[in-house]
Amino acid sequence: MALLEVKNLGISFGGLRAVDNLNMSLEKGSLVGLIGPNGAGKTTAFNLLTGVYRPTDGTITLEGSSIVGKTPSEICKAGIARTFQNIRLFQKMSVKDNVKAALHNQFQYSLLESICHVASYKKKEKEMDEKVMEILKVFDLDVYADTFASNLPYGKQRKLEIARALATDPKLLLLDEPAAGMNPNETAELMETIELIRKKFDITILLIEHDMKLVSGICEYLYVLNFGTELANGTPDIVLNDPKVITAYLGE
Amino acid sequence: MENKKKLLINVVIAIVVYAAVMILLNSGLLNRQMRSLITPICTNVMLAVSLCLIVGFLGELTLGHAGFMSLGAYTGALLSLNLPFPPYVSLFIAIIAGGCVAAVAGAIIGIPVLRLRGDYLAIVTLGFGEIIRSVINALDITGGARGLSGIERLTNYNHFTLVFVLTLIVIVVVSNLINSRHGRAICAIRDNYIAAEACGIPVSRFKIMAFIISAFLAGIAGVVYAHNIGILKPANFDYNTSIEILVMVVLGGMGSIKGSIIAAVILTALPELLRGAADYRMLIYSIVLIAMMLFRNSNFNAALIEKKNLKAMQKLQKEGK
Ligand SMILES: Nc1ncnc2c1ncn2[C@@H]1O[C@H](COP(=O)(O)OP(=O)(O)OP(=O)(O)O)[C@@H](O)[C@H]1O
Ligand SMILES: [Mg+2]
Repeated sequence: MALLEVKNLGISFGGLRAVDNLNMSLEKGSLVGLIGPNGAGKTTAFNLLTGVYRPTDGTITLEGSSIVGKTPSEICKAGIARTFQNIRLFQKMSVKDNVKAALHNQFQYSLLESICHVASYKKKEKEMDEKVMEILKVFDLDVYADTFASNLPYGKQRKLEIARALATDPKLLLLDEPAAGMNPNETAELMETIELIRKKFDITILLIEHDMKLVSGICEYLYVLNFGTELANGTPDIVLNDPKVITAYLGE
Repeated sequence: MENKKKLLINVVIAIVVYAAVMILLNSGLLNRQMRSLITPICTNVMLAVSLCLIVGFLGELTLGHAGFMSLGAYTGALLSLNLPFPPYVSLFIAIIAGGCVAAVAGAIIGIPVLRLRGDYLAIVTLGFGEIIRSVINALDITGGARGLSGIERLTNYNHFTLVFVLTLIVIVVVSNLINSRHGRAICAIRDNYIAAEACGIPVSRFKIMAFIISAFLAGIAGVVYAHNIGILKPANFDYNTSIEILVMVVLGGMGSIKGSIIAAVILTALPELLRGAADYRMLIYSIVLIAMMLFRNSNFNAALIEKKNLKAMQKLQKEGK
């Protein structure tokens, strides 16, 4: 059984059909790309998968159970984490607390323990700190642990967003243009990190990207969207040489 | 280690403040006017710190805090006037009940919070505070516009230890909460609620939770207030009171518990100590507020922050390599 199964997914904003009849099937452990020209509906597809929007048509199932109609936080608990195209960090919190906030459902203790700071609170907090540092180390962000998120350079903010998403212990990680605004060196480094986290955290990744070098470099399978509908899908070497796809990107 | 050090410093500060006030009280150095300021300062600290949870940490603007306070004050006063127990037992029950009644109101006002943000929420909470005041004004049991009198003064300066402990409890509750998973969730909602939701934080639940806790603490402050002045009138809880508390939080730097405490102490003491200037208090408030806003958005402040950030980054880079 596929980890994520999307069937006939669609959403309309008034008259605009932002996503129409989208079908996807993601195997566990795969690294899949979602590409398409600007305004194709890629981010909207992510918003549908994470419950930000409720689809007007179609079904989404994660490990066999439907997630349509669940709230974003419930979907996160079910195992889908994401990053955002325009970075959404907790700006006024430290790098460490950004990740710690995402451990919300991993390490639980009651409100009373929060208010009284009893021994069990201290134990859980210590475990959380260790987990946070472990995740931050993967992204070389551990030296910035006490810096405000807003003070990080841009490339590191993108990394922190991925780190935060990983902290929720997802089965499926959705990355919305992780390499946007990065220089070629940073992109190459990011590709390595993505490969690394896939192995280390044993997760499935679906990513949106415009950088074709990154896409063809690491994705095993691609879905191409154009005007909300699926234009093509297949392995990168086939899809990226498909005349339909080339015209969609470059025009006639 | 860092945390232990901070905790130790805070404990020392608390003991020093307590000891200083006790010495001043017992040595008779304080005149009547200054003595009568002690409990109002403590209640305002409680109110400012509790409001800080909503305005500073949850990041929502509310103008109805006096409403929560009045619910606590009236509930507490009515209980200690009517309960047949010894005064301190009644007071204890009054404090708990006052907090609970305010907390229920907090849960009710928490509902529009889920739908409204920013200015709209401010208007709704303002209206909410005024509704509570009007209802109290209209009811018989609360004494209407005449108010309640004859409340035993169990929290005036003669009972400083009790008031001080209650104030400490409120401060500790809020600051502990902020350094916990619940508090981080609340701060995450302030910084970016879409991302918070995507990180598995149930935003609605935590917004309401913040309102309930804040209202509960404001209710306690109300009970202390009632048992200090002994007479309650609905007019004591109009929107000016809400705004005064808000000003303390804003001047305290929004989201700084220490700042809120200091601002509450200064803004409560100053008008009384400068009796002559009391007429100009609102004027001074507005001037200070405008000055603060101008300063925050000024190039000068931006340059200061940039300088600080740069230094922090340089330090990090040195350590990193
Ligand atoms: N909430 C909304 N209301 C109305 N229209 C929307 C909404 N969200 C997205 N759209 C529209 O849906 C279409 C697809 O947008 P989307 O952001 O998904 O594109 P995208 O593929 O992510 O593009 P890009 O590569 O630029 O990020 C656009 O025409 C956009 O204007
Ligand atoms: Mg997009």
